[in-house]
Amino acid sequence: MIELLSMGFLQRALLAGIMVSLLCGVLSVFVILRRMAFIGVGISHSAFGGVALGFLLAVDPLWTGVGFSVLVALAIEWAQTHSRVEEDTAIGIFFAASMALGLVFLHLSRTYNVDVFGFLFGNILAIGQKQVVEILVVTVAVLAVILAFYKELVFLSFDEEMAWVSGVPVRTLRYLFLIMLALVVIISIYLVGIVLVSALLVIPGATAQNLTGHIRSMILASTAVAAGCVAGGLWLSCLLDFPSGATIVLLLAGLYLLTTGVPWVRSRLGRA
Amino acid sequence: MAEVAINIHDLWVSYNGTAALEEVNLEIETGKYVGVLGPNGAGKSTLLKVILGLIAPTRGQVRVFGEIPQKLRRRGEVVGYLPQRPLGNPHFPVSVLDVVLMGRYGRVGLLRQPGSHDREIALLNLERVGIPHLAARAIGEISGGEQQRVFIARALCVEPRLLVLDEPTVSLDACAQDDLYELVHRLKEEMSLTVLMVSHDIGGVARHVDDIVCINRRIHVHQAPPIGRLPLESAFGCSVEYLFHGEIPHRVVKVHDD
Repeated sequence: MIELLSMGFLQRALLAGIMVSLLCGVLSVFVILRRMAFIGVGISHSAFGGVALGFLLAVDPLWTGVGFSVLVALAIEWAQTHSRVEEDTAIGIFFAASMALGLVFLHLSRTYNVDVFGFLFGNILAIGQKQVVEILVVTVAVLAVILAFYKELVFLSFDEEMAWVSGVPVRTLRYLFLIMLALVVIISIYLVGIVLVSALLVIPGATAQNLTGHIRSMILASTAVAAGCVAGGLWLSCLLDFPSGATIVLLLAGLYLLTTGVPWVRSRLGRA
Repeated sequence: MAEVAINIHDLWVSYNGTAALEEVNLEIETGKYVGVLGPNGAGKSTLLKVILGLIAPTRGQVRVFGEIPQKLRRRGEVVGYLPQRPLGNPHFPVSVLDVVLMGRYGRVGLLRQPGSHDREIALLNLERVGIPHLAARAIGEISGGEQQRVFIARALCVEPRLLVLDEPTVSLDACAQDDLYELVHRLKEEMSLTVLMVSHDIGGVARHVDDIVCINRRIHVHQAPPIGRLPLESAFGCSVEYLFHGEIPHRVVKVHDD
């Protein structure tokens, strides 16, 4: 274990993993409370289109990925508020269309190599100095925004109409939240990849909801679950020689299953 | 003459070309307890949303205490509101006090946190609605009637001049309904509020309010109770069975076999 940690790539992986867990842990609580799990799935999969566009244009796929995901997130929101399309229908359509677009871009760029596989399923061990800095910047920015608008975000998650009546800038905050979601999805891609990133946005919050009944402790529990599973998954994957992203996600899902009985036990204890 | 709380002149609202409200003219004086009655889809909620500044009129003019509702909404300090279904997620992990404090957010403003003064006001309003002992409980674990009081306390935290309630009695049993009407009446007196209450409950509203507005896309009646059978029928568009005990109409639910 000590020798493992002395290796630079593992230190970077762990550092990046902890930062992303912090981000996803916090956002995940809002994703769960606002019932946005599917939108997380939609945004992360649509990132594939953006990443593939990067390959086609031979620019850093991070930037095309961010741009594309933000656009799709805003388009989903816009379609929902400005037409008669339901949100999940809009997500379903954008999700499929951007994956298809990604395949076409890849076909046109004629690169079907290991990089793409890395973006789809993540490769935390390949994280370089530059990625660690990128993740740090996003972490600081997103956490600052959440801290600044924490009370409004809770209010609009609780009752959007009431928040609206009370003068909270609901529409701006909705868009802001989607942009943050898109950013976090893109930087988490190094860790677990496009396909599995939605797990980090959903499972920590869902597990925390099993464990506690108040939003502040839920956020703490959620980040702890995310960080624990990322670190534990990383260690297990080295030990077993498993793919790291998949190991992290399986650990998250396992922990969720283990905690599903907790609310029942707590309500029994509460009554006794 | 008393100051005017709500003034609506020639209001039309339509959604996708279908009129929800037509030619509505309405004036409500400050300090009145007004019940808004009408069948489903009559535009009651639309009227409230226009007054709250959530929907812009398609045509016409709406003023609340002389101001445009959208402007008032951004200030978040004049209108207290109890939505029809205030608890979308019954497992939402917040305490009763957290919910009541949300009523202060408009006054506290962006980028600032509620302080001890706001907590005092929240606790005071919990006391006003008679449930200070529930402050620390989770919002999902108290009864429907108690939740309704929590949301009224939240509306009061705005320190409003106008209290708007959308179908507040719909999910309550008969006793809790009467308690609620009386609570609102007491609050109105204590805090010199103007109250606007939308309801289905014709009998309940008629017993407690100063003024009744019957609406079915247009305003059919606006007068003090008692309100006769014909105006009700013209608003509801169907025959309304009422038994008149003195001046108060009662809905006939079942005829007793003697």
